[in-house]
Amino acid sequence: MTIDDNDCVVRFENIGFRYGLGPEILRDISFTLAPGSLHFLTGSSGAGKSSLLKLIYLAAKPSRGLITLFGRDIATTPRRDLPALRRRVGVVFQEFRLLHHLSAFDNVALPLRVAGTRENDIRKHVAELLGWVGLENHMNARPTTLSGGQQQRVAIARAVIARPKLLLADEPTGNVDDRMALRLMHLFEELNKLGTTIVIATHNESLVKRLGRSCLRLEEGQLEIGASAPNRAAMAAASGAGGAAKQAVGAAAGRPRGHAV
Amino acid sequence: MKFMLAHRSDLPLDRDAISRFLPWLIAFMVYLACLALAGMLTLGAVAERWDTGISGTLTVQIIPSESSAAAPKEVRRIEAALDILRTTPGIAGAEVIGEDRIMALLEPWLGSIGGSGDLPLPRLIDVELKAGAEVDTAALSKRLRQAVPGTTVDDHGVWLDKLVRLLRAVEILASLVLLLIGSATVGTVVFTTRTGLAIHQEAIEVLHLIGAQDSYVAKQFATRALILGLRGGIIGLVLAVPTLMGIGVLAARMEAGLLPDFTLTPAHWAAMVCLPLVVALIAMLTARLTVMKTLAEML
Repeated sequence: MTIDDNDCVVRFENIGFRYGLGPEILRDISFTLAPGSLHFLTGSSGAGKSSLLKLIYLAAKPSRGLITLFGRDIATTPRRDLPALRRRVGVVFQEFRLLHHLSAFDNVALPLRVAGTRENDIRKHVAELLGWVGLENHMNARPTTLSGGQQQRVAIARAVIARPKLLLADEPTGNVDDRMALRLMHLFEELNKLGTTIVIATHNESLVKRLGRSCLRLEEGQLEIGASAPNRAAMAAASGAGGAAKQAVGAAAGRPRGHAV
Repeated sequence: MKFMLAHRSDLPLDRDAISRFLPWLIAFMVYLACLALAGMLTLGAVAERWDTGISGTLTVQIIPSESSAAAPKEVRRIEAALDILRTTPGIAGAEVIGEDRIMALLEPWLGSIGGSGDLPLPRLIDVELKAGAEVDTAALSKRLRQAVPGTTVDDHGVWLDKLVRLLRAVEILASLVLLLIGSATVGTVVFTTRTGLAIHQEAIEVLHLIGAQDSYVAKQFATRALILGLRGGIIGLVLAVPTLMGIGVLAARMEAGLLPDFTLTPAHWAAMVCLPLVVALIAMLTARLTVMKTLAEML
């Protein structure tokens, strides 16, 4: 089956979500994400940002409503087809969720191994991407020996290595300095230019203002959609890292991608 | 044992305490399975031999006359019986068992009495049948009784039948032991696999979220179970071989004619060598099915 990516990448219709029998955390959420768009997801702590992302990357089922991912209704999609959908989604988890018994290299290589990529290609592209996020000297290090910022970069590299069609990042710059934050944002920008739809959950209001992209704001479980004018020129002027970001995206884009679901 | 059969895995299954415990448990199971299988195979072969071997003989018993003065008459009775036996179709040969040999057979019960004296010992004739020949023992017995009154023919049927039935029962018991060992192995692997799934739930969830199929995760558990099964199986086999050889030597030293021969044939050894592989395959399949069933309940 082929998917019509031109339709929409994500569509939420009247979604409600609660944990167990608890109160509804998300209420009547409706929005669509167009292919190749970049959005910030903001909101105060506990507003439900991570829960919303969980619903998108298929870690949870909504209590009500309809979710469509890459044109497929999740409620009626057979379970055996979900892994193929998940492979098209890259996720930077807030708590990183790295596998601590694996090296930084093997953590980043996981999505490619799961997809059955050849080891030669894995070695080449993982090394290149880890080099770009400044971890070329820590490829064999276990996550527990890395700082919070380094772990975050490993998590980001793992999320983008397979060139996902949709990238979800939960506080991706929370543990890095401003310079590295901007560098990572350039990486997301380059992926976005190549057609990846991106949702970044963040508390960093200055970053949102600087990039000036569409903003999804969650307040008390309900969603407000705001639009800002793109401000890429200001972003490019702020750092000379744009060219290097293209190079890193090239590293992530070198492998064949599976589109069949 | 770390050098044996190393493999790469995305899950740290080799670090689980259960990974150190499982091979020894499987080794114990395979050790017991080897003994049970050896017993089953040798007893089966013995029952077969008794069925086809001892049933190829008859024993004719001639009850002696009451008076020892009738010795020449006794000789004539034996000769008459021998004549009938040697002219009966299907009989390869008939030989009178000497008095010395009869006394030797009775010695465990009567002690050494240095000759039969006044004991009215029966005379025995050992009859060997031709291979594959069937002799009508009832008709033969009738003919012998007519010519030599007081003669009986024993084809060992009742005695042999009981022994063979006993052996078959022991054989079935050994099969049940094998079945129990197999079930215990399956149960152990299910338990250890479920424990592994619980321990590594977080890592498995990450693998799922980056697009791993259930079979990708199941393969890691199945490979681990295969390797641990092989390690344990080989250890169990290595321990079972000297045990079986020891039993064989002890049985041979007893020199008791009726005790079964515990010698294992090359075919028996081949079956024994296959045991670790069979157990490892059972462990692998069990782990895979357990993981697939458990993961099917996840989103």
